[in-house]
Amino acid sequence: MASIANEEGRRGALPALAWKIVKILASVALTFLGLLLVTFMIGRVVPVDPVLAVVGDRASQSVYNRVFIELGLDKPLYEQFWIYLQKILSGDLGVSFLTKKPIIEDIARVFPATLELATVGILIGTILGIPLGVLAAVRQGRFTDQVVRVVGLIGYSAPIFWLGLLALLVFYARLHWVAGPGRIDISYEYSITSRTGLMLWDAAMQGQWDAFRNAFSHIILPASLLGYYSLAYISRMTRSFMLAELAQEYVITARVKGVAEWRIIWVHALRNAAVPLVTVVALSYAGLLEGSVLTETVFAWPGLGQYLTNSLQNSDMNAVLGGTLVIGAIFVGLNLLSDLLYTLLDPRVRRR
Amino acid sequence: MSTREWLLTEQPASRRQARAGQAYRTWIAFRQNRLAMFGLGIVLVLVLVALLAPWLAPQDPIVGGSLRTERLLPPSWQHLMGTDDQARDILSRIIYGSRITLLVVALVAVIATPIGLLVGTTAGYYGGWVDTVLMRITDIFLAFPRLILALAFVAALGPGIENAIIAIAITSWPPYARLARAETLTIRAADHIDAIRLQGAHSARIIWGHVVPLCLSSVIVRVTLDMAGIILTAAGLGFLGLGAQPPQPEWGAMIAGGRRFILDHWWVATMPGLAIFVVSLGFNFLGDGLRDVLDPKARK
Repeated sequence: MASIANEEGRRGALPALAWKIVKILASVALTFLGLLLVTFMIGRVVPVDPVLAVVGDRASQSVYNRVFIELGLDKPLYEQFWIYLQKILSGDLGVSFLTKKPIIEDIARVFPATLELATVGILIGTILGIPLGVLAAVRQGRFTDQVVRVVGLIGYSAPIFWLGLLALLVFYARLHWVAGPGRIDISYEYSITSRTGLMLWDAAMQGQWDAFRNAFSHIILPASLLGYYSLAYISRMTRSFMLAELAQEYVITARVKGVAEWRIIWVHALRNAAVPLVTVVALSYAGLLEGSVLTETVFAWPGLGQYLTNSLQNSDMNAVLGGTLVIGAIFVGLNLLSDLLYTLLDPRVRRR
Repeated sequence: MSTREWLLTEQPASRRQARAGQAYRTWIAFRQNRLAMFGLGIVLVLVLVALLAPWLAPQDPIVGGSLRTERLLPPSWQHLMGTDDQARDILSRIIYGSRITLLVVALVAVIATPIGLLVGTTAGYYGGWVDTVLMRITDIFLAFPRLILALAFVAALGPGIENAIIAIAITSWPPYARLARAETLTIRAADHIDAIRLQGAHSARIIWGHVVPLCLSSVIVRVTLDMAGIILTAAGLGFLGLGAQPPQPEWGAMIAGGRRFILDHWWVATMPGLAIFVVSLGFNFLGDGLRDVLDPKARK
């Protein structure tokens, strides 16, 4: 009997889970459509005449009119949006005025640099942030807790580009601990064959350890900086999740049973806090994309952020909107991922 | 009867007295929090400095001294924070820059808070498809990282402090709308709202006159907590050359100006960053303290 009930329960649970996933996916699709609508509208309010940008201001009226029609500007707005939608979905983000190449190619070229930077950053932030948050929760209200709190508040209050400049001044110019701006020294630039675009990975795979060391000493400073910002958020959230877990009854039970305190904290409680923490880490990974725009500018890091600011300064509107859209899409994607992970990992959510 | 007794009485004689007493009790609770008081102090100093800038600043913030003898001087008694490449006194520029910072924060709060409140309370009060549509729009704005969306807007509207403020406001309201909606969902079910409805009050009147005031305190806390983020976003836009334009003494733009010679003349970029840091820290402390006092749910 028990096994039948169990079987039925499982059969009932699976469609519910599938239904939930379908709902999440549908809402993501809608959000993405909204993203496109926003970038489309921003593109429409630009005071720069898109026709003049193509033909130049000396073109005759007839050329102007032809391009006006070629760009589809004579059609009603909803039709223009429909055309825009079709173009984007087929991977056409338009052509950059600056590089004269399709924007999607430009972004594919610069994106690995940002991915590498953000990944090293989130690794630093997670590896340091979670233990710090746990420590703060265990020693709640005491000195350690205050220190972790202040470390976090500094992260919330200091402009990232300013800290970046100071870090360059201190660790690169004065102490010579790390390499300066850029991804790698010029002398090593062609010693690695780019396969994935992730320099550390490529160098390690090809056994180019000198180049690896050089690239590492370039990435460590900006990545630590980004890591610090995610650390501020991750440690704060870890602290509050752990406080909630440590107040649960199973912790008391474990203590009464005589389980060692470190085991209760690091195994029992942390494992239960891990599910919401996955969401937090995914969100701060997305947040690093935002931080990378300013960080890359300071560290001359040839990634998506620098591409975006370069395009901005040269009023290359197509590239700006393309970059914005890609970052927005990644943001939505990471949100989706964290939602799905949460649904799959937490048995309570799964059952509902 | 002393003022203190009048404020703390158990039986207030008028509505005004009850309100004053409530405010006084909040203040007493707030005063206990040392960090929050510190934050309040910083914010008050910011306001005072901004108001009194012409009297406090030792030199002109726009026109510098002699380019031959007063350029890029390190901090000294003459120039407490040194001078920049235009031979301008950095301290004076920071003092005048506080006006821009305060203007940005105040205007963003004034623009974004009512939008968030209106969208959130309307969605929460009506429910149904109104709720779905409004919250979907809110989610779309939340789906963009804030700085990136602000960047795109400023790029479209053209650089300048006014456009930066508009862009930041456009990206700031969604969290307030979320919060106001959540509050409205509980307020809507309250008996006194039913009573008002039975008296025949119009929906708009109920929302604006009875729901919004109840949402206000938690939204204000949220706005205060956000102010540090607003300052940092504005500084980031300024740093990228999209905010206030030279020669205006905007702090983020000042950092960008000093960036070229950070290795030889560190103070030019360091000092304005310090100002941003202190002011955002102040708003963070203040917001934390306000949340502890005004939001009983967060208190533990």
